[in-house]
Amino acid sequence: MMLDPAGLGRYGIGVLRQLGKAGILLWRVLAHFPNVRKGFPLVIQQIYAEGVLSLLIIIVSALFIGMVVALQGYHTLAKFGASQELGPLVALSVTRELGPVVAALLFAGRAGSAIAAEIGLMKATDQLSSMEMMAVDPLRRVISPRLWGGFISMPLLTMIFNAVAIYGAFLVGVKWLGLDSGAFWSNMQASVDFHLDIVNGLIKSVVFGLVVIWISVFQGYDSEPTSAGIANATTRAVVYASLAVLGLDFVLTTMMIGGW
Amino acid sequence: MMEDQPRLVRVFSMHNLVEIKQLHFEREERVIFGGVDIQIPKGKVTAIMGPSGTGKTTLLRLIGGQLRPSQGEILVAGENIHQLSRVDLYTLRKKMGMLFQTGGLFTHLTVFENVAFTLREHTNLSEAMIRDLVLLKLEMVGLRGARDLMPSELSGGMARRVALARAIALDPQLIMYDEPFTGQDPISLGVLVKLIRTLNDALGMTSVIVSHDVTETLGIADYVYVIAGGKVIGEGTPDFLERDETPELKQFLRGLPDGPVAFHYPAVGLEEDVMGESV
Repeated sequence: MMLDPAGLGRYGIGVLRQLGKAGILLWRVLAHFPNVRKGFPLVIQQIYAEGVLSLLIIIVSALFIGMVVALQGYHTLAKFGASQELGPLVALSVTRELGPVVAALLFAGRAGSAIAAEIGLMKATDQLSSMEMMAVDPLRRVISPRLWGGFISMPLLTMIFNAVAIYGAFLVGVKWLGLDSGAFWSNMQASVDFHLDIVNGLIKSVVFGLVVIWISVFQGYDSEPTSAGIANATTRAVVYASLAVLGLDFVLTTMMIGGW
Repeated sequence: MMEDQPRLVRVFSMHNLVEIKQLHFEREERVIFGGVDIQIPKGKVTAIMGPSGTGKTTLLRLIGGQLRPSQGEILVAGENIHQLSRVDLYTLRKKMGMLFQTGGLFTHLTVFENVAFTLREHTNLSEAMIRDLVLLKLEMVGLRGARDLMPSELSGGMARRVALARAIALDPQLIMYDEPFTGQDPISLGVLVKLIRTLNDALGMTSVIVSHDVTETLGIADYVYVIAGGKVIGEGTPDFLERDETPELKQFLRGLPDGPVAFHYPAVGLEEDVMGESV
């Protein structure tokens, strides 16, 4: 394949332009905090739509992931006679990695795709244009509540994910495989550090929440106003958000282990 | 004598609500407008007509400040709309209403809430007052009984009428209609034509109608511009235009297949195109 410098340049400019537009959108949303009387109910509605409605998938996934990690961990630890350490193993993997990352990936699939499609369809059916012509800024009325709703929901969902996953591990490790309940919980308490493990995990979820919801609203807002355009926007929202979460996870983990 | 008629109307309407001067607009190297001058007088119904794809909807978006011209200026109520700050632009838009071709109703809100939207956003009226105003606007378009329906339950024509009720909720000075007659049954068409005229005369609005429905538009407009090929090819009162013998105008207004405006999109000859594959 021949390398076409002009094509490459155009592609690069296109990518930079998209980044610039996404940056301006984020800035305008963050700079104009929703006002209390009109904006607050809209943010609450979005916390319901993005957070509460994602609860089912988060809880079910967390339960199964916790159970699988416990089952796999128990058999591996048993080889070294360290099955009593199952509690710390599960708690550390969930609070540091699995909780924030898997919750963010599920959030991108459940809420991110819905938001990109919803905003894309509003654009295609002239709802955003008509809002502009009614002197109502769609960035404030449509984009901002969705962004804030997702931003607030993500850490809450992660906390619920963590708790349910650990409970799933408890069910498998203690109730099924017969580990001592006291050892399971006390070893976990002794090994998990509130700041290094739990807070750092939640910092990750805050960053992931912002990135996932930012990508989703931007893809919807910037979509081609056609059915194919909306389909593309939805796909891009999930793919870009998932890749961004995984990439940022590596960066954040490096910073946190490096003891920033 | 006939030549002087458009000028007479212009002199009569000394105060224009919208003035478009030497408007140029391109989309991906395709020239949509190549130097268009249009004046929209206060309190009148001005129609902008032309074949499909001539940029009539684009013109309304330019007047509303949603698109930016490459050259020229558009003055709305004396303000150059493309030089206004965001805050000033939104303040000016409160005085405008626009009826979109697709209606643009909010699909997650009922008919009532759609019409109440601007009132809730821009006023601090009590709930009782908003209810009365919304019901009055819905009564005007004959859909007071449909207040609890969702937009998905409305026919295309009904959706357009709800959108009209929403566009006039704040009693704007300028109202722009994008193809208002398309998809209306004969009864609602008649009501709509009457309604546009009534709104204009009784509430003192200024109306701009973009349409290619010749009969309805000429029947209601005070002044008409016909656009084709990025230029104004004719203007004047409906009577004046109907008597105009300019070939382009005659072809458009009488719906003739042959004339200077090509029906076919530019292409090679049919014979060459069809036979070319087998040669």
